[in-house]
Amino acid sequence: MRHLLSAGDLDRDEATLILDTAAELAQVGDRAVKKLPTLRGRTVVNLFYEDSTRTRTSFELAAKRLSADVINFSAKGSSVSKGESLKDTALTLQAMGADGVVIRHSASGAAHRLAGWVDGSVLNAGDGTHEHPTQALLDAFTMRSRLGRLEGLRVAVVGDILHSRVARSNVLLLTTLGAHVTLVAPPTLLPVSVGTWPCEVSYDLDEVLPKTDVVMMLRVQAERMRDSFFPSVREYSRNYGLDGERLERMPSDAIVMHPGPMVRGMEISAEVADSPRCTVTEQVANGVSLRMAVLYLLLGGS
Amino acid sequence: MPENHGPYLIRGARPFGGDPVDLLLDEGRVAAIGPDLEAPEGTEVVDATGLIALPGLVDLHTHLREPGREDAETVLSGSRAAAMGGYTAVHAMANTDPVADTAGVVEQVWHLGREAGYCDVRPVGAVTVGLKGERLSEIGAMADSAAGVRVFSDDGICVSDALLMRRALEYVKAFDGVIAQHAQEPRLTEGAQMNEGCVSDRLGLPGWPAVAEEAIIARDCLLAQHVGSRLHVCHVSTKGSVDIIRWAKERGCDVTAEVTPHHLILTEDLVESYDPVYKVNPPLRTAEDVQALREGLADGTIDIVATDHAPHPVEAKETEWSTAAMGMVGLETALGVVHKTMVETGLLTWEQVADRMSAAPARIGRVSDHGRGLAVGEPANVVLYDPAAPVEVDGAALVGKSGNTPFRGMSLPGRIIATFLRGAPTVLEGKIK
Amino acid sequence: MHARKQTKDDNGTAVSASSPEAPEGTRAVLDGNEINRALTRIAHEVLERTKGGQDVTLLGIPSRGAPLARRLARRIERVEELDVPTGSLDITMYRDDLRMAPARALGRTEIPAGGLDDRVVVLVDDVLFSGRTVRAALDALGDLGRPRAVQLAVLVDRGHRELPIRADYVGKNLPTSLRESVTVQLEETDGHDAVLLGPARASSTGTLRAGSRSLPETTEGDA
Repeated sequence: MRHLLSAGDLDRDEATLILDTAAELAQVGDRAVKKLPTLRGRTVVNLFYEDSTRTRTSFELAAKRLSADVINFSAKGSSVSKGESLKDTALTLQAMGADGVVIRHSASGAAHRLAGWVDGSVLNAGDGTHEHPTQALLDAFTMRSRLGRLEGLRVAVVGDILHSRVARSNVLLLTTLGAHVTLVAPPTLLPVSVGTWPCEVSYDLDEVLPKTDVVMMLRVQAERMRDSFFPSVREYSRNYGLDGERLERMPSDAIVMHPGPMVRGMEISAEVADSPRCTVTEQVANGVSLRMAVLYLLLGGS
Repeated sequence: MPENHGPYLIRGARPFGGDPVDLLLDEGRVAAIGPDLEAPEGTEVVDATGLIALPGLVDLHTHLREPGREDAETVLSGSRAAAMGGYTAVHAMANTDPVADTAGVVEQVWHLGREAGYCDVRPVGAVTVGLKGERLSEIGAMADSAAGVRVFSDDGICVSDALLMRRALEYVKAFDGVIAQHAQEPRLTEGAQMNEGCVSDRLGLPGWPAVAEEAIIARDCLLAQHVGSRLHVCHVSTKGSVDIIRWAKERGCDVTAEVTPHHLILTEDLVESYDPVYKVNPPLRTAEDVQALREGLADGTIDIVATDHAPHPVEAKETEWSTAAMGMVGLETALGVVHKTMVETGLLTWEQVADRMSAAPARIGRVSDHGRGLAVGEPANVVLYDPAAPVEVDGAALVGKSGNTPFRGMSLPGRIIATFLRGAPTVLEGKIK
Repeated sequence: MHARKQTKDDNGTAVSASSPEAPEGTRAVLDGNEINRALTRIAHEVLERTKGGQDVTLLGIPSRGAPLARRLARRIERVEELDVPTGSLDITMYRDDLRMAPARALGRTEIPAGGLDDRVVVLVDDVLFSGRTVRAALDALGDLGRPRAVQLAVLVDRGHRELPIRADYVGKNLPTSLRESVTVQLEETDGHDAVLLGPARASSTGTLRAGSRSLPETTEGDA
């Protein structure tokens, strides 16, 4: 594979290879010299059209641990903000000899478009409301590390599924890896064709939690309320927020995940966010190993 | 502007796909029809063996972009593209800059069309001032102008205010005008990027539900019937819309409808590429919709094929999907697409193609000297089409200024060999004059 | 993302897991007993050279160096009453020919608890050929700690070094031609023990070029 644009592009073997590679590379973070020479002389560009310090930093650290040269090309303060088109930016990066471009963009499909304009590998770091494949991979990696398996795992993804690239990538990847996904949200925050997706759908969080090994809470933006996706923050969090009481109803080894940034008091209570069963910081640490694995597999070979 | 020529004798053409005859075009009219016609002195003879002769095509829905976006198309370049597609008359949509909402602008467009001379350019007037949907533009002045506007539309934007739509429908009755509605409920389509369904959900592109089109069509049919006026529905794209129009016609509503060539053949699956050449308003729909549109065109529920020819410069399409412009060029490929989708499938005869692409649009637009039969004494607006000359569509080879054709790389079964506007060739031997 | 699976021999050697017989065109140069004897001899040599083996850590280079290191450790432990820390060191990320093939799947790296500082690290591999694998392993070691000394044990030395590297312990010196391939098969990875000599797998043109030795089809032993 030359690019990583969608979690749906990965078959089971490829996805497993990425997770296995990440597991090996996780050791690098514990070593005296936290660096491998593998991508020496390769150039990775972080092309970020949306502010996301955490994702950009994660990719930057991953690339640097593999000894790649990293250029951060953020939309603000560059020619991009002066109206340069994505295509012209792509050609500029091409001329600079970028071997890999990590792109975050507010438009769905931006990574696909970019892949048509550059020779190097394109890595989708989140495109609009479409996909965020490395997030899904690091989520799967975290689940496997914590619970030892993915096959047969029962995963509930809760919240604004409609606008979530994380949910889309997770449904595709987790299904490929043999987990059972249930999407939980008010009907307004579910895609109209969700019935055709390879997962279950529920409007009732309390009914789903007792038979769930992993609950993944998605961020819900308050602006959705203004657009009448739900009547009030209070009603949303009463029906779909995860608090200590709800956590108690889950199996004792079940974990709580969140791609961040969390909105405490909306989809997750502070008590749950700070509990040892919440893997948020683990996800961040795993993100670096996982992205190293993807960068190596995309750029390390011929 | 094509030069004027002496008489033309078309040898062995098959009118409406029927038996071969000769046609003599002289002094702007069909002078004679029959076997083995004598060629008077000075006559140019066109060998039309195997070619189908149809009356010059009439497009009710063309974006010529002038004034305002001459980088995408001009009246001249657009009418040359029209001629290449076999058209002898086009209706130029009002969403120019400035908007065609005054007699001055429509007359300018009309004059530019006459100067170009490749086809008759009939301006469409805006329904509301600046297409803003707030108050009626000077519809009467445009109707009375030299351009003689009969079709009014805010195309690109729906006249969503029910009361304003009612007033517009009523007002144009005074001069036998028609309101051509772009049916799109605005609130249901805020930020919409493509048809709402499985593909949009998967691609993470905001969806454009069919109901947003169908609800407006239903409302407008009821309004038109209530006030006894004519309604024309632009670019119908869903099965539900076909059903509603069929129902409205049955209950006696004076409604006509159009379908674009692209909606007769392309589906939303093409959006998977995120290539904005497939971005269009209304969006490409499902295969089921395509089938319903073909059937609707065949049974007359949908009256005409209109191109919605929408040229855009390269930079408007070479971008990410959500910022790309909506629209596709279609004048030069329309007949080939209709041949492929409607004739080769047995849904329409060539006679019916002439109705859907010439006679009926001329009738709706009240264009008196187009869309008439191929008979002695009629205006010599004729297109010669070779139905056995497959051509691969190439955006760069199009005569129009913009190459944003969604059919690029697709093979179409035939090509235009000649177009005559009032007896003068605008296209001859497959080349623009 | 194509990666060659680690179950295949990563040195590009022809693997024939199922048949205990030498495949057609190849001949066995060491059988299971001979391999065992060679390892036993190496175990004694290690103890001798390292003065009792107290500070020895064995690191096998995947894939076949890792089981060889475990076998060697067992033999040393049988002779002396001591516990030999044994692990594996994957050198994939340090290879000098990464760009000549699709990205490879990684082998396991397991550094024994206690680390490598001040240890006598004995690297263990199946075949010593160009020396490039060992070069990569030395680079990898440098990032993991500071051993007091590094030594090299190989089951077969087939010659044709491209770098100034030699083995401290050799199971068998096997003079070969570049037109030949050496294949090590082990119980743990292949179901049985054998060292086979056969013709090198032909490159796409059917001829071997001296400069192409780092390409997978003509490389054995070393990366």
